[in-house]
Amino acid sequence: MSSRDGYQLPLRLAALGFLTVVVQIAAISQVTVFGVSADISPLVVASVGLLAGSLPGAVFGFAVGLFVDLALVQTLGVTALLFIAIGYGAGRLRELRDPAHGLVPLAVGAAATGFATVGFALMQFLLGVRAPVSWLLLRDVVVTILIGSLLALPVYALVRRIVQGTLPQDPRRRRRRAYTTGGLSPLQRPSAGR
Amino acid sequence: MYDKQVRRRRAVLALLVVVSLILLTAYFGESAGSPLHSVQRGVVAVLSPIQDGASRALKPVRDLFGWFGDTARAKTERDQLRKQRDQLLHEVAGYRVAMQENAQLRGVLGVDDGSGLQGYQQHTARVIGRPLDNLVSDRLQLDAGSGDGVRVGDPVIGSGSGANTGGLIGHISFVAPNTSFVTLITDPSSAVSVRVLDSAGDFGLMKSSVGNPLDLLVQLLPRNANIQLDDIVVTAGSRSSALESLYPPNIPVGRVTKADPLELDNDQQVHVSPIADLRHLDYAQILTGPASASGQQRAQVGGNAGVAGGP
Repeated sequence: MSSRDGYQLPLRLAALGFLTVVVQIAAISQVTVFGVSADISPLVVASVGLLAGSLPGAVFGFAVGLFVDLALVQTLGVTALLFIAIGYGAGRLRELRDPAHGLVPLAVGAAATGFATVGFALMQFLLGVRAPVSWLLLRDVVVTILIGSLLALPVYALVRRIVQGTLPQDPRRRRRRAYTTGGLSPLQRPSAGR
Repeated sequence: MYDKQVRRRRAVLALLVVVSLILLTAYFGESAGSPLHSVQRGVVAVLSPIQDGASRALKPVRDLFGWFGDTARAKTERDQLRKQRDQLLHEVAGYRVAMQENAQLRGVLGVDDGSGLQGYQQHTARVIGRPLDNLVSDRLQLDAGSGDGVRVGDPVIGSGSGANTGGLIGHISFVAPNTSFVTLITDPSSAVSVRVLDSAGDFGLMKSSVGNPLDLLVQLLPRNANIQLDDIVVTAGSRSSALESLYPPNIPVGRVTKADPLELDNDQQVHVSPIADLRHLDYAQILTGPASASGQQRAQVGGNAGVAGGP
């Protein structure tokens, strides 16, 4: 891998994060469905975590969260903290379980949207911002999660398309591929000591 | 090798969390003019032209998605508006006569028209963003800032075409050189002193209701107030030198949608729907007034509020 290739992933992720926040603020936030607007930023962070792993996911989540806090004149660090957890969590899921089902991004997207929505509200309460709590708020949270779930698959596909070709090789995936395509499993391989 | 990777991963994670917590703590404890706030103001100033461009470029996409919802609402709204139009046509005739008499009498007595907007200039601004946290707060970002004479505390009214425009939408709560944020009247932190145009002209305090921000509540009304459906609610305004209201008097704010005598008797409140279409605004008009001591006071109040919980 050349040094130019090594910069490809961070550069693409930086552009992706910047565009995500600008498009979110300028367009998506202004379209309301059943009284709430979609939020693609946690979906993008979760997708990056799922595709690139826990460490890039956490760093990307921190950067996007900080950018959101700066651009929206919010308390710095709140969204960054939440997005670190989302990116890291999605990345760890990939590293530990390596889920292959096609609907995994949908479930992860729903979880990420729910975590971001509820987490942000909780953080605001903890910081002393008075905000209403009611069944209607709960309904809004559920609708937000549903909309996030609907958007999760297209967002994941888009993120995968953007970062494709720049991701480092994953030893776990390589090993599995070798085994499932006819290679000997580690149990069947003659050991060096034998 | 594996242990090294794990240690590195955990170290980076811990570092990111610690940096976030430090930023959070430092920002929360700082005043509005502190370094972190200045950095934030600078980022907002740099970003706002980009957001403005993106907002213009992506307007067709927004309109496309908005079209579905608008079409569904349009038929119901059309029928309601036709009824209202017929009713209002009758009322207008009576009001015109009354206005002519009123103008003549005011001329005789030598008093002003009391609209409260004298001395304010209307600055039209484009909506370029809506923050993501609309479950907790309700704000808009405009493309006009301190360079255009906008100050913290300036009232903002909805503008544009259509029937649901022309009412108060909120006040400026954060200003950068070329952009500003409006805290809407539907924000949980917002409260507006208002007057209901019923037979007695009752005064009250308007706040958003719990869980449903577009359902505004006018509270602290007299228990025996004779408020009817569709009564108009306007800003009360206050020119007391001790506590000047953010909003000038007589700006339309909303229309009464539910006036239950039992609720009025128990909770002293009625329900109001905002006149401005707060969810589909493309433009807003900022009422920028001449610099004054009271304006500086308002800026101080707004600035402090911005520190406590975001603008």
